[in-house]
Amino acid sequence: MPVFNQSRSRIIRLIFLVTFIVIIAQLFHLQIISKKYRKLADENAIQRTVVYPLRGIIFDRNRKAILNNTLTYDLMVIPSQIRGLDTAFLCGLMEIDTAEFRRRIVNGIIRNKAFRPSVFEASLSAQKYARMQENMWRFGSGFYIQERPIREYSYGAAANILGYLAEVDSNFLRKHSDGGYQSGDYAGMTGLESSYEKVLMGERGVKFLIKDNFNRIQGPYEKGAFDTAAVAGSNLHLSLDIELQKEGEKLMQNKVGAIVAIDPKTGGILAMVSSPTYNPNLLTGAERRKHFSQLYVDPRLPLMNRAVLNSYPPGSTFKTLQAILALHEGVITTKTTFSCSGAFYGCGKPMKCLDPGVFNLTSGITKSCNTYFANVMQRVINNPVFPNVDSSLSNWDKYMYGFGLGHRLGVDIPSEGTGIIPTPATYNRIYGKGHWNFCTFRSVSIGQGEVLVTPVQMANEMAYLANKGWYKIPHFVDSIDGGDKFGLLNKYKQSIEPMDIPDSIFEAVHNGMQGVIDAGTGMGARVPGIVICGKTGTAENSLHGVKQKDHSFFAAFAPRENPRIAIMVMCENAGFGGTWAAPIAGLMIEKYMNDTIAANRKPLEERMMNANLIPPYMQREIKTRDSLQKIRKDSLEMIRNLIKDTLKIEVIPEDVMQADTIIKKQEERNNENPVKKISEKPDAILPGDKRINTEKKKN
Amino acid sequence: MTQRNPEISKGIDWSLVWLYLALVIIGIMAIFAATYKESDPLVQSFLQFKTDYSKQFYYFLIATVLAFFVLLTDSKFFTATANLWYVAGIFVLLLVFPFHSRIKGTESIIRLGGFQFQPAEFCKICVALALAKFISRPETDFSTIRSQLIAAAIALFPALLSILQRETGLALVYFSFFLVMFREGLPPVVLIVGFAIAALVVATIVIEPNILAISLTVIALLTIYFLRRTLKRNRGILLTIILLWFVCVGIQRFAVPFVFKHVLQKYQVERIYSLFGKDNPYHDAGETVSADTKQKANQSNYNVKQSKIAIGSGQLWGKGLLKGTQTRYDFVPEQRTDFIFCTIGEGFGFAGSAVLLGIYLILLFRIVTIAERQRSVFSRCYAYGVAGVFFFHIAINLAMTVGLAPVIGIPLPFISYGGTSLLTFTVMLFILIRLDADRHMVLR
Repeated sequence: MPVFNQSRSRIIRLIFLVTFIVIIAQLFHLQIISKKYRKLADENAIQRTVVYPLRGIIFDRNRKAILNNTLTYDLMVIPSQIRGLDTAFLCGLMEIDTAEFRRRIVNGIIRNKAFRPSVFEASLSAQKYARMQENMWRFGSGFYIQERPIREYSYGAAANILGYLAEVDSNFLRKHSDGGYQSGDYAGMTGLESSYEKVLMGERGVKFLIKDNFNRIQGPYEKGAFDTAAVAGSNLHLSLDIELQKEGEKLMQNKVGAIVAIDPKTGGILAMVSSPTYNPNLLTGAERRKHFSQLYVDPRLPLMNRAVLNSYPPGSTFKTLQAILALHEGVITTKTTFSCSGAFYGCGKPMKCLDPGVFNLTSGITKSCNTYFANVMQRVINNPVFPNVDSSLSNWDKYMYGFGLGHRLGVDIPSEGTGIIPTPATYNRIYGKGHWNFCTFRSVSIGQGEVLVTPVQMANEMAYLANKGWYKIPHFVDSIDGGDKFGLLNKYKQSIEPMDIPDSIFEAVHNGMQGVIDAGTGMGARVPGIVICGKTGTAENSLHGVKQKDHSFFAAFAPRENPRIAIMVMCENAGFGGTWAAPIAGLMIEKYMNDTIAANRKPLEERMMNANLIPPYMQREIKTRDSLQKIRKDSLEMIRNLIKDTLKIEVIPEDVMQADTIIKKQEERNNENPVKKISEKPDAILPGDKRINTEKKKN
Repeated sequence: MTQRNPEISKGIDWSLVWLYLALVIIGIMAIFAATYKESDPLVQSFLQFKTDYSKQFYYFLIATVLAFFVLLTDSKFFTATANLWYVAGIFVLLLVFPFHSRIKGTESIIRLGGFQFQPAEFCKICVALALAKFISRPETDFSTIRSQLIAAAIALFPALLSILQRETGLALVYFSFFLVMFREGLPPVVLIVGFAIAALVVATIVIEPNILAISLTVIALLTIYFLRRTLKRNRGILLTIILLWFVCVGIQRFAVPFVFKHVLQKYQVERIYSLFGKDNPYHDAGETVSADTKQKANQSNYNVKQSKIAIGSGQLWGKGLLKGTQTRYDFVPEQRTDFIFCTIGEGFGFAGSAVLLGIYLILLFRIVTIAERQRSVFSRCYAYGVAGVFFFHIAINLAMTVGLAPVIGIPLPFISYGGTSLLTFTVMLFILIRLDADRHMVLR
């Protein structure tokens, strides 16, 4: 008997033990040391779904909802689940042919794979939705209707103010890495949608769902213990008057320019028109990309908000501020007079003036006398109080900055421009230190030359004059439902009074401005029953060195006592300020003050609305673009036909083959026509739409 | 039962019975955790023969009855009928060839009415008995090579049949009977050579063939260099070294590729290579890997990955019964059967897994202890046979689920879902308990 082998039982036990230790060690590694498996397991089994809250609604000053939410319905398809489909019937309902049906299914498979849902048709029309809803049961699980909230601009106006939503791109994600955005999310890209994104978006909810091995949802994770509910976005209440805004947009149609109207007491913007504009609803629906690219290549640049971004020479509207400054500095009094023989000869080369005569402050403003203001500024710059031009110009700059020019005001929509106020540094750079004097920049005195302001700055100027020495930063949002949690509105609550200027000075300037309407250059703005103070402006400008028709300006506030509206109207290349801008401003003031345009003024309104003042260079560009597009379209058609005739390219990718088989099966079932080969259409090799830069006129 | 029938319970090793019950209960619980759906009524679904856990529960009841019958049997019966059982076992294995039904790619399952029956499982008992019988024969002198060869043939003949049925996993189990032979005096050289060949095969897979050949040559030359004095006196050693070198390179260059190309199934080769993170180099140039092969290999890769994720996500204390996100929602395929350990790893973490391994280790050690206290060679050999089979199943199954061994579809004793395997292991264990209870009746 082999008792001698008993010792081997120990070896056997040792083998057992060692094997178990190895397995335990591996378990220790998997379960205790390595943390990645827990994470992998969660990724495997828990789906984090973001629950999107409804965005906040935007109301105007009369509590009319101007930006609302609405539902749109998309018809979705899961190609792999299409079974026993009556293709012809579906195509009938959707008003498409079977080739189109095929194309959409193939596209869906290429984009999202056959087993994932793709959009078959986005934003169904009301009729299609009703028809589909009734017949959904026929189409099985392969098709379903998904509702999707979109933004609705109830008045189709104020596009550039309200802004639009767009899918976030990688750039946006990088900038807002703490905002919890994921690719595929929508966020406000311009206008109030962008600047109040934090408020409007609300708080996203998160739902954790359990998935099985086929990614099928099995139910909430831990019975929803970790879920957070979505909180709807807060509503915004604007100072905007949507009726006034619409009126402004109508008046500005077929013109290039801007209107900004401000309530001087609050700084709240009543209307801000940037023309040409567009219907904001174009950028919400299914065709948003198409519309966007159309707007993007339009030579009139409808996507640009001229009212805040563009800078223009202010022209004679600038003179009002010069008067305030000169009076406050004491270089002139209201009695000071200058005579004009038709031009300003103070610097050798004459600077033209409208009418000759002897002017005091009031008549100088009323008649917009260039000579008067050239003399005034000459006195300001050559003021003996200051040792040199550098310091006197710096002093002048101080006033200008105080008036809110030359820097961003801080309006609550993005892309605000700064405008330009020339400083000693500007001229030192251009001419060299000591090589310039008043005569170098005398045209600044009449709002030409190096000075540029944005329309919103100009309107704010009027609010400043109306308030006799203070303003509040122009803004749209009056209040936020549920309070201003992010302190976005704080800066709009304080009034800014840059320097202490006595009311008498303002009264003197107001006198002149009232004269402008009563008997001066701005009689076109007159509104019966309302005392308006205003100032016309006509700014010379040129494009690519070619002199263009003057910009037409009018800035005003009304009524003179206890002013309720400060307004600025600008029409690019329209001509004399009194001809176009002044009547438009008058109509706007009337609309705001009286809520309606008097019957006898309707013809004027008609005339203003119908006037086409699109600058000739833009009209040419539009024509060029249109004809280019036609050529492009024609040649594309030609190439397509050529390709159709000569070669057929079969698409081989796996997904497409899958699609083929699915559709083939469908069509066999339905005894449809045999499957045609898909021919791939190449992109045209023609020059794409060139983005035409209209270099803004600076003279 | 114990009161009414004192004779049966006399001498029974209760510790084995308790370990057995503990494991079976853990098993039913794990299957329950893996397959229970929240909507099921608990008691009802346990009693109806519909869900897997209720089926396993009924298998357990059947197993209990069988165990009872085994305990009622006279221990001499097993000794006497061992060879008969072996013949019966082989016969049933052969029956598979005409009557098999293709289930999950194997050809080793017989359908009887609604039940599937896997003879290869059952055959393990027969081999354990027959081997014990052969070695315990008075006329067998196990120190002779002849009897060793016969013993090996007894153990490996069913393995050959299993390979023919494409059940490589089950075939490998029969190699566990070498444990019995080792205990009974098989020269350790056999085991050492076995390990050496295994190491060489692994090296062949892991290391690039030419580099391996060069390193083997270098090792041989270095050995010759260091032993040059001894070699001068004894030419035989030199010859041995050269012969060894020749055999090693031969295995590496020819034998392993031959086995991988012509003996093993393609998916098995893929599995072995994927364990080491390599691509299978043995499909012929120009021949594309068939989709089936690829899918099978991918599937097992996926299994191991998901199994590791499930186990790893359990961490120290686990997620709790029915809380496992991986095993509850079918991420691990075959989780009721071969990958049942995932459920325990995920649900009860490292602590729970260690406890289970502990129970198994105690069971194995207890069986070895029992084996050593037997007076009859038959009982001892049988006990070692049981220990070997259990050990092989446990070790390979666990190593496979934690990613240490290639995926070989063999169940975890007493825990994996499956009637045949539960009944087989139960009967195996209870025959041992019966034999042990009667150990005093046997004269030396």
